[in-house]
Amino acid sequence: MADLTTDFLGIKSPNPFWLASAPPTDKEYNVRRAFEAGWGGVVWKTLGSEGPPVVNVNGPRYGAIYGADRRLLGLNNIELITDRPLQTNLEEITRVKKDYPDRALIVSLMVPCDEESWKAILPMVEETGADGIELNFGCPHGMAERGMGSAVGQVPEYIQMVTEWCKQYYSKPVIVKLTPNITDIRNPARAAFAGNADAVSLINTINSIISVDLDQMAPEPMLDGKGTHGGYCGPAVKPIALNMVAEIARDPATAGKPISAIGGVTTWRDAAEFMALGAGNVQVCTAAMTYGFRVVQEMIAGLSQWMDEKGYASTADFVGMAVPNVTDWQYLNLNYVTKAKIDQDACIKCGRCYAACEDTSHQAIWIKEDRVFEVNDAECVACNLCVDVCPVENCITMERMKPGEVDPRTGKVVTGDYANWTTHPNNPAAQAAE
Amino acid sequence: MAHGHQASGIAAGRLPEEDIAANFSDLHAPYAPHEAAVAADRCYFCYDAPCVTACPTDIDIPMFIRQIQTGQPETAARTILGQNILGGMCARVCPTETLCEEVCVRETAEGKPVEIGRLQRYATDTLMAQDVHPFTRAEPTGRRVAVVGAGPAGLSCAHRLAMLGHDVTIFEAKGKPGGLNEFGIAAYKSTDDFAAREVDWLLRIGGISIETGKSLGAGLTLDGLTGGHDAVFLSIGLGGVNALRAPGEDLPGAQDAVEFIAELRQADSLAALAVGRNVVVIGGGMTAVDAAVQSKLLGAENVTIAYRRDRASMPASRFEQDLAAAKGVKLMFNVMPVAILGDGAVTGIELEYTAVQNGRVAGTGERVTLAADQVFKAIGQTLDGAPDGVALEGGKIAVTGAGRTSVAGIWAGGDCASGGDDLTVTAVAEGRDAAMDIHSALTA
Repeated sequence: MADLTTDFLGIKSPNPFWLASAPPTDKEYNVRRAFEAGWGGVVWKTLGSEGPPVVNVNGPRYGAIYGADRRLLGLNNIELITDRPLQTNLEEITRVKKDYPDRALIVSLMVPCDEESWKAILPMVEETGADGIELNFGCPHGMAERGMGSAVGQVPEYIQMVTEWCKQYYSKPVIVKLTPNITDIRNPARAAFAGNADAVSLINTINSIISVDLDQMAPEPMLDGKGTHGGYCGPAVKPIALNMVAEIARDPATAGKPISAIGGVTTWRDAAEFMALGAGNVQVCTAAMTYGFRVVQEMIAGLSQWMDEKGYASTADFVGMAVPNVTDWQYLNLNYVTKAKIDQDACIKCGRCYAACEDTSHQAIWIKEDRVFEVNDAECVACNLCVDVCPVENCITMERMKPGEVDPRTGKVVTGDYANWTTHPNNPAAQAAE
Repeated sequence: MAHGHQASGIAAGRLPEEDIAANFSDLHAPYAPHEAAVAADRCYFCYDAPCVTACPTDIDIPMFIRQIQTGQPETAARTILGQNILGGMCARVCPTETLCEEVCVRETAEGKPVEIGRLQRYATDTLMAQDVHPFTRAEPTGRRVAVVGAGPAGLSCAHRLAMLGHDVTIFEAKGKPGGLNEFGIAAYKSTDDFAAREVDWLLRIGGISIETGKSLGAGLTLDGLTGGHDAVFLSIGLGGVNALRAPGEDLPGAQDAVEFIAELRQADSLAALAVGRNVVVIGGGMTAVDAAVQSKLLGAENVTIAYRRDRASMPASRFEQDLAAAKGVKLMFNVMPVAILGDGAVTGIELEYTAVQNGRVAGTGERVTLAADQVFKAIGQTLDGAPDGVALEGGKIAVTGAGRTSVAGIWAGGDCASGGDDLTVTAVAEGRDAAMDIHSALTA
């Protein structure tokens, strides 16, 4: 069996699956049960400054979108940071860490954006014996209105400033949690590392309205006829998170820096994908909220099986392996020519490929007698839409044309040579350079 | 003289060979990967799932189905086989409709459970097709255990003990291992010689040897076994059959159903197997259904199951009853045999209608006679050949806890032991649990 032990910032955990800072990690009871269920680490739900705790709404805090058969695909929430006294949380964190020395325990923090506030809380957190802190610069609802959460994460200068304070007043690793509610994720990441952050974690939730009640004409989740925007998470946000993780992993300014990936991790495969794009570990919330703590056992067994199949002895063996293959559009090989091919034996004759291609793409699929669907290579631009809408796996495949063959669409001979947009004759910049 | 379907008496070749082959193909065809994905997607990953509670071997069903969902049927198979080493056979023969699938929340909600049995088969078939054995044997302990009987309980016990490093010798009375997996159970539930293939696969753990043709009283004594081994596990099944105690039951044509099923399972050619034109099966359990349905599939024209109580009391599940009816078997309830008729061979059976009076089945006096060339008796099996000195309870070997008999150092499990349903899956659980208890005793 592969070794899933993970070393992230010097913090060891028996596997790379951590519970993200969120309701599942709000208190000792939950965290102990999570560790018993097998989670490698926990980021304790965000603590705020000493004093009267924040309050939460007493109506619905979550809203959901579903796939077929009511499968939960996305969740949004308007819950704030912990609404329990700071001292209670600190005492619980101390006890739990003492009892689970082999697990990672990180404390998430969100206090006002002034040095005194950070200077006040950091020594108290240091005393708990927790392995590190995560700065919550991400939550897009409620706290942002008070100048915290994503209000900080959207201003790189603030990120750097607060990170520097934390590195000054706290001795253990500092992870900066980033908001995706920003145009270019690289800027806040650069700011975090400029402030000497040990790692970034992302993504926090995405600003969202999950749905609208058309009878009451108000957004969900709705309280007394009103709703507000909340943070969106779950399987639906994974593609956005994958891209943001990859952007940081391949940015020369931050390449190779530690990343803890968050965003829709539901299975072992999701975790492996994030780690291939450079994440040293992953954090999970929605999957645990949907299926319970036990779901981590699938992730552990699945990742281990996959690593055994691939011959990876430890997670470090494959972290970041896909990063070199993430590139800019301009460097994609324009001489790579493929055509869709429909396996007539596998085809069930639903015609979805035809509808997609005929109505919305390139009219490159024929419908022939007896509902036989065939690709017209003279029109096929290999867009892949037919593959994406086909309900049968591997029924439609994209077949690469061999060098020397003539592409019937362009009439040009396919060459085996790599050529991209930067040198393409249609590129004004390329011509100008000549 | 008429032949084929209309041949009178007991005759072979009632159906063309290709029809018989089609009739005896897989009852539930294996899933293709896409079908498995669709079926797996229906599982809700319930908390403290009712299906797990209902499984005698406590397989973590939601977990293995989730592992199928995430594209790893091999990992799913490990989850299954870690609890139930005969998970492949149980996927085929378990009455899931009265176990895991009966309590599935989808059954409650929609009347259509997650197809747990077929998903289990998909996972275990995938792993076994890769020709790997997923467990490795611990360092040999030097301790020796005798297992008597190579049925599901014995095989399960032996595998677990071998995995823990003990040396196991299985003594089997018949010519080959497998027990009821090999000699009982309808052929359409264990196609392509699956029972034998599964035993071969199981033995790859190492440390298990099988000696066939040996049983207690025929080459073996309990004293001999206890003298030569550190522990003994008895899994000898139920070798005897109950008699009808009706006139004519010794006539040619009257036969024990288990014997017929064993002949069928071992037949080189099903087309060469003789069956009556008119067949009556006495009984109401799985053996009765297996005998009746297979008679029909061999081409018998009229097959009747005669059961002495009402439908609700029938031990065979409603699924099995409907399967029999769908194959053209007639189900008669509240009838009991009075006499098997015939002069030199069976020609008919006289039945009397029954009613339950004060909890007992009694004849009403009304009688009916059915034409029959063949009568199968399937009214239960009994313990046969239990060793002296081991206490019995209700006609079975008395056990407490994880299969401990009245004699220290001797454990028992499967159909021969008291308690539990006489199901393959129950036998596997008992064998496994006894093995763990034996291991504790040997390493204490």
